[in-house]
Amino acid sequence: MEVLDLARWQFGITTVYHFLMVPLTIGLSLLVAGMQTAWVRTGNPRYLAMTKFWGKLLMINFAMGVVTGIVQEFQFGMAWSEYSRFVGDVFGAPLAMEGLVAFFVESTFLGLWMFGWDRLPRRVHLACVWAFSLATVASAYFILAANSWMQHPVGAELVDGRPQLTSIWAVLTNSTVLAAFPHAIFGAFAVAATFLTGIAAWRLWRSRADDGVWRASVRLGAWAGVVAFAGLAVSGDLQSKLMFSQQPMKMASAEALCHSEQPAGFSVFAIGDVSEPDCESVKSITVPALLSFLAHGDFDAKVTGVEDLVEQYRDRYGSHYPVDERLGELSGQPIDYVPNLPVTYWSFRFMIGLGAIGTAAGVAVLWLTRGGRVPRSRWFPRLALASIALPFVANSFGWIFTEMGRQPFVVAPNPSGVDGVWMFTARAVSGLTVGEVLTSLIALTLVYGVLAVVEIVLMRRYVRAGIAEPEPEKKPGDDNLTFAY
Amino acid sequence: METFWFVAIAVLWFGYLFLEGFDFGVGMLLRVLGRTEADRRAMLTTIGPVWDGNEVWLIVAAGATFAAFPGWYAGLFSAAYLPMLLLLLALIGRGVALEWRGKVDTDRWRSVWDAVIACGSLVATLCVGLVISWNVLGLPLDADGNRVASPFAALRWDTALGALAVTGFALVHGAVFVALKTDGPLRHRARTIALLLVPVGLSPLLLLTVVAQLRSGAEWTWLVVFAVLVAVVCAWACLDGGREGRAFALLGAALGAAVLALFGALYPNVLPSTLDPAYSLSVADAASSPYTLTVMTWVAGFGAPAVLVYQGWTYWVFRKRVSTS
Ligand code: HDD
Ligand code: HEM
Ligand code: HEM
Repeated sequence: MEVLDLARWQFGITTVYHFLMVPLTIGLSLLVAGMQTAWVRTGNPRYLAMTKFWGKLLMINFAMGVVTGIVQEFQFGMAWSEYSRFVGDVFGAPLAMEGLVAFFVESTFLGLWMFGWDRLPRRVHLACVWAFSLATVASAYFILAANSWMQHPVGAELVDGRPQLTSIWAVLTNSTVLAAFPHAIFGAFAVAATFLTGIAAWRLWRSRADDGVWRASVRLGAWAGVVAFAGLAVSGDLQSKLMFSQQPMKMASAEALCHSEQPAGFSVFAIGDVSEPDCESVKSITVPALLSFLAHGDFDAKVTGVEDLVEQYRDRYGSHYPVDERLGELSGQPIDYVPNLPVTYWSFRFMIGLGAIGTAAGVAVLWLTRGGRVPRSRWFPRLALASIALPFVANSFGWIFTEMGRQPFVVAPNPSGVDGVWMFTARAVSGLTVGEVLTSLIALTLVYGVLAVVEIVLMRRYVRAGIAEPEPEKKPGDDNLTFAY
Repeated sequence: METFWFVAIAVLWFGYLFLEGFDFGVGMLLRVLGRTEADRRAMLTTIGPVWDGNEVWLIVAAGATFAAFPGWYAGLFSAAYLPMLLLLLALIGRGVALEWRGKVDTDRWRSVWDAVIACGSLVATLCVGLVISWNVLGLPLDADGNRVASPFAALRWDTALGALAVTGFALVHGAVFVALKTDGPLRHRARTIALLLVPVGLSPLLLLTVVAQLRSGAEWTWLVVFAVLVAVVCAWACLDGGREGRAFALLGAALGAAVLALFGALYPNVLPSTLDPAYSLSVADAASSPYTLTVMTWVAGFGAPAVLVYQGWTYWVFRKRVSTS
């Protein structure tokens, strides 16, 4: 075990974990803000009940988003100090902006919203929930801009062996982030939407009679899910086209495309081992010429395969790692430019496939509850609850694909500009002892595991308990313990 | 410009210690001051709306260090790996405990999370103090800014003092905050404890500034150390006279002077090496390019005042004392 492997596992585990909370917070906060707006405008108590119920679940989840986010921010310096030294001049700025512009707003206005129910005038209180949810969206933008710079560095030049920022505007309007941001936000909606549909469908089935709250939630969630999936497909297609020019190796390995093909078919499903040496022997179900179209918008275009790309990469970025003791076992070894093919191939398919199944479940629920119907089948609630997991997993696979498809680079080279700015993952890690990283990897994994169990138990309790009795109206100025927790 | 950002980071640390200082203190004293469930709920209600906003000061301090002084951020965070890890674990436990404690209505559930809140707050203050004093008093760093010795090499009596300094300050600050924000017997208890805690709690902070001063201070900074002492004594007197608000502000002044003394002793270095002064990372070596610093200055110029306004407004909205009756 080397520090590098441990640090990669640690980063992967903690980030994927963080990104279980993130999309739920983003999507649900916007939906809750919408519900509260409906209540303030119509005065209908059903919307108030919805706001409170979903708001509670949002708060349980938010706490986890916050505490796992801090780990992310610290980890760059702790475990990836060489990376931080290298990119700090460019990468630090969006990160600091995220804190200053988004996190302060997010945390402060959430506090005001949670504790301010009977201290703030209704409209001011409503403005607080909007400030909170828009800040979560803003934070997503900044962090994705930072991440996109690692996928496609822009707005920098190499000075004394390090990238220096030359245009913050170029970093914030990187074509990569302009495509990744809508994709991530629609992904967040997909998560929140199935969460809403799944839980509300179960409650609807259990309560038998329709009290309005659950039906409204089911239908809101299912519609949001359909819209989200459409958005995901459109923005994902944009990303694919960009990636074919920005990181051709990532996309070729997403298809496990060994040799260049013209026209190239899109592989829907493969049987057998897609890994490198014999990827040609794989049988797969292919849609002819579709890949050419996805990559270049032209059914007859040539798509370059992994083997040709390896040659190109060796010419441009070198064939061997330099001899450097900090590279450990990799020092002086040939560079393997092909990402882990089974991972990229299957994670890409699972991202799309699980997202699609989740949405199909939403459509089925819409159909089954049409015109005031309440399904009676015992399968209905089970499937509805099970489908909640799908978009979460799809999101994780999306990230696993994006990040592992970038290997062996941590900062991938931009093929058309910004000369010399790239970094190998092997060079990015801190000079720590194996013991230190192993300790943190084990400690964080254990703690995260325990917290996941508690979070799920808590959410279950709340969902089972359902809507609380309407609270007695508070007299203004009555300051006895209003307790939002 | 580099010096401006050095000062800005000192200010962020001050903001963090001042704000999260009291909510850590409240956390540590939860079972000490809070004899009944009603007391404890009152104490938690005083920090409930604000603790998360307070914690963002730490996030922004780290983020601003990353952007303005990448070498400082990378060197400190990797060299202090284990204290940072413990700090993260403590913040994780405490954060979820605060949010989840009230979610199930049984005594056992609450007492488990109360323990997590108290221990998490304690461990977090110890680690923050350790990291700050490691930074100010120096780490065994080589010419590249990487730690050479074992993970525990910087654990010495003087840096242990740093851990006590922050913890002691947070305890006093938290007790005064409870006295300021609650009413009835709880308020009296908090005041009594705060009075008792001032000498024990604040002397490590004072000692730490003296140590830093002896290592690398200038002459004028002795004045600052003296100011810490004066502010502490005045705070004690105010507390004795029942003026909690003033005592709270004076504690802030004492902390401000202490941060000034520590960062003053640090300047012009950002990360001194105990192996060889030539290895120390200076403000000029570590700083980002002028363009990056200019961008950051614009962002901070608009962002920081806005943050102060809406965070201030939050304290105004929740200005009333929480009563347990
Ligand atoms: C697409 C969105 C997204 C992505 C890719 C990330 N985060 Fe995140 N993060 C959020 C979206 C978000 C959020 C929605 O704003 C959170 C989640 C739940 C929450 O409480 O705020 C948050 C919380 C959060 C916090 C706590 C904020 C607070 O106290 O309010 C920190 C410090 C970070 N994140 C840092 C990171 C870092 C360093 C990441 C890179 C690996 C990262 N996040 C990935
Ligand atoms: C701004 C946002 C992000 C940044 C800056 C970032 C940066 C990094 C870095 C430095 C590594 C370690 C080097 C490596 O092994 O590749 C990494 C790996 C990884 N990241 Fe990200 N990441 C970000 C967002 C995410 C998110 C949100 C996820 C998923 C939820 C994610 C998933 C992963 C995974 C799975 C790995 C492990 C890859 C591997 O070991 O090959 N990343 N990322
Ligand atoms: C419908 C067709 C879809 C297509 C064509 C598509 C395409 C893509 C592509 C090409 C990437 C890689 C971008 C990069 O490397 O920078 C990506 C990333 C990602 N996808 Fe998808 N995707 C689809 C559906 C989904 C669904 C259903 C989800 C989740 C519910 C999802 C979540 C993600 C996430 C979280 C990432 C990583 C973050 C990002 O780069 O935005 N995608 N997708």
